[in-house]
Amino acid sequence: MAKLEYAPAPESRAVVEIRSSYGLFIGGEFVDSQGGGAFPSINPATEEVLADVTDASAADVDRAVRAARAAYRGVWGRMAGADRGKYLFRIARILQERAREFAVLETLDNGKPIKESRDVDIPLAAAHFFYHAGWADKLAYAGLGVAPQPVGVVGQVIPWNFPLLMLSWKIAPALACGNTVVLKPAETTSLTALLFAEVCQQADLPPGVVNIVTGAGATGQALVEHPGVDKVAFTGSTEVGKAIARSIAGTRKRATLELGGKAANIVFDDAAIDEAVTGIVNGIFFNQGHVCCAGSRLLVQEPVADELIRKLKRRLATIRVGDPLDKNTDLGAINSAVQLARVRELSDIGEAEGAQRWSLPCDLPPQGFWFPPTIFTDVAQSSRIAQEEVFGPVLSVLTFRTPQEAVAKANNTPYGLSAGIWTEKGSRILWMADQLRAGVVWANTFNKFDPTSPFGGYKQSGYGREGGRHGLEAYVTAGDLG
Amino acid sequence: MTSTADKGDAASRARDLLGVGRLTNAALTTWLHGLPGVDQVGCEARAAALGTRSIKTTAKAWAIDAAISMIDLTTLEGSDTHDKVRSLCGKALVPDPTDATTPRPAAICVYGDMVATAKKALGDSGIRVASVATAFPSGRASMRVRLADTRDGVQAGADEIDMVIDRGAFLSGRYLEVFDQIAAVREACLRADGSSAHLKVIMETGELATYDNVRRASYLSMLAGGHFIKTSTGKVSPAATLPVTLVMLEAVRDWRELTGTQVGVKPAGGIRTSKDALKYLVMVSEVAGDDWLDPDWFRFGASSLLNDLLLQRQKLRTGAYSGADYVTID
Repeated sequence: MAKLEYAPAPESRAVVEIRSSYGLFIGGEFVDSQGGGAFPSINPATEEVLADVTDASAADVDRAVRAARAAYRGVWGRMAGADRGKYLFRIARILQERAREFAVLETLDNGKPIKESRDVDIPLAAAHFFYHAGWADKLAYAGLGVAPQPVGVVGQVIPWNFPLLMLSWKIAPALACGNTVVLKPAETTSLTALLFAEVCQQADLPPGVVNIVTGAGATGQALVEHPGVDKVAFTGSTEVGKAIARSIAGTRKRATLELGGKAANIVFDDAAIDEAVTGIVNGIFFNQGHVCCAGSRLLVQEPVADELIRKLKRRLATIRVGDPLDKNTDLGAINSAVQLARVRELSDIGEAEGAQRWSLPCDLPPQGFWFPPTIFTDVAQSSRIAQEEVFGPVLSVLTFRTPQEAVAKANNTPYGLSAGIWTEKGSRILWMADQLRAGVVWANTFNKFDPTSPFGGYKQSGYGREGGRHGLEAYVTAGDLG
Repeated sequence: MTSTADKGDAASRARDLLGVGRLTNAALTTWLHGLPGVDQVGCEARAAALGTRSIKTTAKAWAIDAAISMIDLTTLEGSDTHDKVRSLCGKALVPDPTDATTPRPAAICVYGDMVATAKKALGDSGIRVASVATAFPSGRASMRVRLADTRDGVQAGADEIDMVIDRGAFLSGRYLEVFDQIAAVREACLRADGSSAHLKVIMETGELATYDNVRRASYLSMLAGGHFIKTSTGKVSPAATLPVTLVMLEAVRDWRELTGTQVGVKPAGGIRTSKDALKYLVMVSEVAGDDWLDPDWFRFGASSLLNDLLLQRQKLRTGAYSGADYVTID
């Protein structure tokens, strides 16, 4: 038992009011489904049912797309950029004002630690609205043509790992550019999107500009395939991304896809070792490893491999796994039973394929979905845990001898979303960044996000960029108002 | 605190560790510059992240008492008088007259001419007397004077000596000179009976400017035989900071792994609130580990911190926050 044993420091859940059931947000109000069912949204840390959420039908999706079209034609597509910007600024401010409410709800619904929803998810979501609010009346200066026009109605499907943040990545640029949206949150994490619908009402956003339809895969498919949708934006698995690309082939629809990743975090022997250890921890254990750009493959140069792994294990001993609402929790719950099964399966395969498994000895809560921070050493490049996206708190450690070998191993994956480089040598950072086929390369840091910086991948990590000036490109066209 | 003097020659231990036949400035430079660098952004981010730990109820009660017991209650002013020092010793003996369970600070830290007064006032209470020495705070005096200053403090009964390093020599890369000086002061800490006053090496991190330098100075001080590495004199701004202390805690942790010898850490200057003190203890716990959560291995150089800790302690006990007039000014 440690001398300084942290007492429980739970954030109060009383700050947020959760309704027993939620309808769909269409045309500016909450409406009941037409023919759709309902499903429970649970707290993955306790398996407690938080609320019943609507499983939207194809008819619901159709209503939402029509509402979006009407809002696009009637008001939003014609509104002056400066006026659109005012709405976005207002939404950003409301998100900041209600940050605690959003943070607690996100943690309850997703399982992520409150310190991450409080310090990362919610502030970044507000930042995305602030950033894009500023663009709304300056699109002519974005290098996208003299008078860029909105695309129209955008169908957006987002994942469960950063529910409100992914919503903001999708909705903020779409609205700034004059589009209207129908957004489907992931089925396990709908609640903050539904709370965001209240924010739209509070901000007096014109009805139909933002529509939220909840549901599972079928709802998403109905949205993507709806003929009234001009553009599709998706973040999620590579498998579903491919299905979307197939389904919209031959239509006028444009798509941006942000898919999986298997990022290499590359540590050279001259790296600032203690900070690299922190970066590795942030790279793979941030958000339980439910991060598409997670640094799930640690490539470490042989002379420092033993020391680094020793320091990493020592550091992991201070990781606190447990109640996500506790302000001192570092690692929360796995988002769903399905995801937990996947993490377990791949970890078992890793062990069977000969890698050395080390898991933090820690007590896991009896209820809910939990997986301890885990490191695999002696991992072969051919091992499935070195190739496939685990999307959990599981790190594969590989070694290399030369920079060329590091590059070859880092690039040797079907993905290409992100990479990290740790070295005190500036010239090596530039050389490596040039060689790595990854959309984002972090140097001496990892998992840093900013609305001004474009994010997106190579190869099977998808196409298109989100954030920054580049991210606007997906939401404008030279075409006329439709 | 006293310990059996280490008669081993610091230079011979250093030669062993560095694997060289002769301890030269070049050998020391190669060794110190071969230490891993510190990434400023990452180091500061880690310190800030540790600062967000939430210390409540039972943890807070433990941490407040621990912090009090780790204080080197300090007065280092030109205007110090014997009465002032006696009064401060009284405070150390009875920190809170309303609550006898209040722990006592670890030591009183004064200038050398006040050591005898403090020793007499503290008697056999177990509270130690630390004397700053070596022409504190600048260190700008001949080595002969600095050593005499040290011996003076030891002879007056100081249990601990807080020396300053020659920052000018360090910054210009004369590491061997700094090493020799620390080793010489360590020898001057020897008492006639063969025991030794404990040596705290003040690196004055505010003048070292980079975290790389803080790491190098920490290793150099440990190599030369310092029992404690200490951030600051309190006379230079910035004094102690969380990131600097983080680098020092990493150094003592890794040093023990390398040599088996445990060295203490003392941030000093600018730590005034309980909230700050608790952040330091969190850092000690998570970076160096439990072995350092002890007055023998971690100290706060502070004066006003004690009263804030006492107020917080009273609040935990009574449920009400009283105010500055309910703790004594000494």
